[in-house]
Amino acid sequence: MATTTRRRAKPAENAAPEPTQEELLHYYKEMLLIRRFEEKAGQLYGMGLIGGFCHLYIGQEAVVVGMQAAQLPGDSVITSYRDHGHMLACGMDAKGVMAELTGRAGGYSKGKGGSMHMFSREKNFYGGHGIVGAQTPIGTGLAFAHKYKKDGCIDVCYLGDGAVNQGQVYESFNMAALWKLPVIYVIENNKYAMGTSQQRASAGELYLRGSAYGIPGKQVNGMDVLEVKKAADEAVAYVRGGNGPMILEMKTYRYRGHSMSDPAKYRTKEEVNKMRSEYDCIDHLKSLLFTKGYADEESLKVIDRDVKAVVTEAADFATTSPEPDAAELWTDILVEA
Amino acid sequence: MPIDILMPALSPTMTEGKLAKWVKKEGDTIKAGDVIAEIETDKATMEVEAVDEGTLAKILVPEGTENVAVNTAIALLAGEGESASDVSAAKAPAEAPKAEAAPAPKEEAKPAAAPAAPAVKAPVAPPPSDEDRFFKNTQTMTVREALRDAMAEEMRKDGSVFVMGEEVAEYQGAYKVTQGLLQEFGPDRVIDTPITEHGFAGLAVGAAFGGLRPVVEFMTFNFSMQAIDHIINSAAKTLYMSGGQMGCPIVFRGPNGAAARVAAQHSQEYSSWYAHIPGLKVVSPYSAADAKGLLKAAIRDPNPVVFLENEILYGQHFEVPTDPDFIIPIGRAKIERAGTDVTITAFSLQVGMALAAAEKLAEQGISAEVINLRSIRPLDVHTIVESVKKTNRLVSVEEGWPFAGIGAEMSAVMMEHAFDYLDAPVVRVHGKDVPMPYAANLEKLALPQVDDVVTAAKAVLYR
Repeated sequence: MATTTRRRAKPAENAAPEPTQEELLHYYKEMLLIRRFEEKAGQLYGMGLIGGFCHLYIGQEAVVVGMQAAQLPGDSVITSYRDHGHMLACGMDAKGVMAELTGRAGGYSKGKGGSMHMFSREKNFYGGHGIVGAQTPIGTGLAFAHKYKKDGCIDVCYLGDGAVNQGQVYESFNMAALWKLPVIYVIENNKYAMGTSQQRASAGELYLRGSAYGIPGKQVNGMDVLEVKKAADEAVAYVRGGNGPMILEMKTYRYRGHSMSDPAKYRTKEEVNKMRSEYDCIDHLKSLLFTKGYADEESLKVIDRDVKAVVTEAADFATTSPEPDAAELWTDILVEA
Repeated sequence: MPIDILMPALSPTMTEGKLAKWVKKEGDTIKAGDVIAEIETDKATMEVEAVDEGTLAKILVPEGTENVAVNTAIALLAGEGESASDVSAAKAPAEAPKAEAAPAPKEEAKPAAAPAAPAVKAPVAPPPSDEDRFFKNTQTMTVREALRDAMAEEMRKDGSVFVMGEEVAEYQGAYKVTQGLLQEFGPDRVIDTPITEHGFAGLAVGAAFGGLRPVVEFMTFNFSMQAIDHIINSAAKTLYMSGGQMGCPIVFRGPNGAAARVAAQHSQEYSSWYAHIPGLKVVSPYSAADAKGLLKAAIRDPNPVVFLENEILYGQHFEVPTDPDFIIPIGRAKIERAGTDVTITAFSLQVGMALAAAEKLAEQGISAEVINLRSIRPLDVHTIVESVKKTNRLVSVEEGWPFAGIGAEMSAVMMEHAFDYLDAPVVRVHGKDVPMPYAANLEKLALPQVDDVVTAAKAVLYR
């Protein structure tokens, strides 16, 4: 299966050009959108408008925003159940995502999937998977399809530090390396698999988990969108160049609980507060924007207001969109031939 | 406008809780993310974080209050440009406009009458078939060859069809079903996998989401238990969970059920396992013509299809139409032998058993109608019910275990659709309810035999 790359990514060895003002402001806006969206989702959950499981992405925003910035149209993305940020980063409409959270007809899955199960063929977002680790072989299969079709695209497959202990992850690594499939495995290591810390669950370093298969791995500061972007550029070039898969371990942190009903007894408040106050990805980029003279308090306030408007509109839509029609119970079980 | 801070729900089941402690006091400045209070739920003590920024203008529910209902306003937050005193003067604590504006859907939702389940409706006629006309020109071939030809014809027709599995390429198939495919289609489309069922089943599902049409061979369906999460959770459910966006055109095929003397782990029959799942189609052919016509339909189907073959049938010869357009629509049973006294349903290898039993019954003056189910899900209820309306008696034959098996489903179908036509209770012939033994004599005892079917047929006829 020879791979032809129609669109050339920037070669990895080139010194990464300095990010432009426009790019930095874009990252800021994207990360802020995810944060405000998630805060609103948490609030709607608190009001009983969102039910079931709801896993918030607050704290980890730099990972998806940095990765997405390195991708090209046509590249596919797949992740697990902490997926709201990934969908927004892919360009999916905040209204449709929020309305799915509230289980309404205007949601991406017509209200039938919920927080953990959303998809967009248009934006090449393939879920949203509720079974820990299951997205890994599926993402590897999306990469298989890219190679089979010779479309020059790659798959970005996110998995957590909990999923890395599932056997199917290594079955996937093996096949991806064996067949040189164009997939980047992004391990979002937020230090806790639900309530179990990495130290208590995982032997060894996660970025080395592919080494037996010859898959290069790299540890990245996932709290810094520019470091994520730089690593993503290199990985995208490597993978799109037909060299097979690559692993990026993003060291990141979620401020909120695993899900909404997490009493957070497995870590100290001091630890959470330290991460929030010293390592926050949005605060970090904000200071950079100020230092470079790319923004001031006033110009960021405009962005804040724009983002807030998007989130408010999404929440309004999500609370006014009707519940799915009862007839929807019986649709979408099989595709009619 | 001041903002109401509402009593939050902190778990999927919480309806009320105790306001254990106020961390912030009136007049404090609050940033988004600040912990403002602690709340005790039925499960744990949780912190409440602020979503909006401003000044804590007024506490409406003092700490220590028990049984505070979710969505009760517990405090007022003054926004930018408002002072705390403005808020407390202008606004009565009892008002909670936001809470009223956005009631929880579960409270407002009326118990909408769900449409009646299709199962209770009268059985619909199966999809039309004109397969009989194809049998004017036939050739004799084995089930093995028919399966291979079906795959080859579909692969010639559609470049997105590929075959993957253990030993399907260079070895030419563990049971030689994929013989010659590698030579014709090459290693990009006939792919040997490592022994990694969970992984390659999931990979194939991803490839199907990505626009391809995988045919996944399990060396035997016994090994599909390693992969069953992807067959059910990923392949079968995603269309529904995506609101119809993510179809999964994939075939999982391979030998199912007992072969000979391979004992419990290698002899299981999976039809009722997979037929239980909405979102899957389940097919189990008997003859070579079934195998060819149904496999072609399965590969063209836009849904995941579990295609259950039988190793003992692989080498058996049947007449198969030569016309390249021959196809058997999924969901249509076949009356293999017409009769008037008793209906016998069977699928896969057991169809042969039922036909042999019918022959014996004929010698005793009993006319049995043998229905080859072919498709387990969707089940051709119409054909079965029409037959029972004529014979008034049903014997269900299957190789699998009885509990919640296909025979149990057949009995339910009779209760729902043919109760008034039955002259005797349904009798099930099935594999014994034990793991498959190795010893030749015990294995024979564990599997349905022709005489079991004969005895069952006579039982429903009270003879």
